[in-house]
Amino acid sequence: MADTTKTIEIEVLRYRPEQDKEPFFQTYTVPFEDDWSVLQGLQYIKDDLDGTLSFRWSCRMAICGSCGMMIDGKPRLACRTFLRHYHPNKLRVGPLEHFPIERDLVVVVEDFIRKLESIKPYIIPKEPRKLEQGEYLQTPAQLEQFRQFSGCINCMLCYAACPQYGLDSKFTGPGVLALMHRYNADSRDGGRGERMALGHSEEGFWGCTAVTYCSEVCPKDVDPANAINQNKMGSAIDYFLRFVAPRGAGK
Amino acid sequence: MSAQMDKRRPYVRSMNSWWKRDPFFVRYMVMEATSVLVALYAVILLVGLLRLSQGEAAFNGWLGALESGPSILLHVLILVVFLYHLWSWFKVMPKTLPMIFVNGKKLPADTITYTGVLLAVVVNLIVLIILV
Repeated sequence: MADTTKTIEIEVLRYRPEQDKEPFFQTYTVPFEDDWSVLQGLQYIKDDLDGTLSFRWSCRMAICGSCGMMIDGKPRLACRTFLRHYHPNKLRVGPLEHFPIERDLVVVVEDFIRKLESIKPYIIPKEPRKLEQGEYLQTPAQLEQFRQFSGCINCMLCYAACPQYGLDSKFTGPGVLALMHRYNADSRDGGRGERMALGHSEEGFWGCTAVTYCSEVCPKDVDPANAINQNKMGSAIDYFLRFVAPRGAGK
Repeated sequence: MSAQMDKRRPYVRSMNSWWKRDPFFVRYMVMEATSVLVALYAVILLVGLLRLSQGEAAFNGWLGALESGPSILLHVLILVVFLYHLWSWFKVMPKTLPMIFVNGKKLPADTITYTGVLLAVVVNLIVLIILV
């Protein structure tokens, strides 16, 4: 590490609640090699320059969803963004937009977790089967209906890309609604009715105004904008149908 | 627990000028703004319909007003805005449709967008041919 000749300036948005009134940028000069990710740059800062810097990370390979942050204004995973793309310019790193800042690059995620739990992100079997009845079978076509939407790693980049969530956090938001659709679209699942009371509401699919930036920034190509908006047609039909044939709420 | 909570002071950032933050948001706002001129043109056409119901002279007056300099300028502006509106509308369309599978493969978003644009161009040409 000491042999590296190239250096890059990283401006990090700092916020230490016990001493700072508001966030401020602190600049660090970091020596790096071409294969260094932004996350490695931050780890260098924490290990060698300033141990007080806080950020979340875990897997270093774009699957745990912990290291989402704003990198030069874009929501990105720090582990799959490389310092060489910004060199010789400096780069700015900040916590994910639209979430309250807990400390430095760490954001408050309680709201997201609560929403995630609220949509029952698990299969609620349509017909409970006993072990001896064997597995639930599914055709490739049935799999394709939800496979893309099951790639979500809960990294929350889509929330940092969603101005509707930033303006009003009552909106359930892209990632969680995409997961709602993922389970509703699963042929083995029978929980649609339990989830759709929220789905049909203003806080659900209708809170989306199709900015579609969520789908641009998703590191797993989940396409939350598609998951959400393809539900609006059904939701509208359902709304008018209830006048013709009243059913249970949210079915 | 409470001592720990006391140390927490989550900082909420302002959303002022949020749409200037990213070029993607600027394009979104322009797309939304085009709908204002779409609505304005609908009003112009509705006024025409109203004048038509009031007789030939009234309708001819409306037609005359359309041929004035400022009106032609406005129409050129509306045409340009409509073209962007058309493009951005079909650009969002793939997001609003359920997934379409052709021979087991998902129909690409671009195919849906370009098909929509092509269809709109063809329909407009047909309308033009009928009118002219």
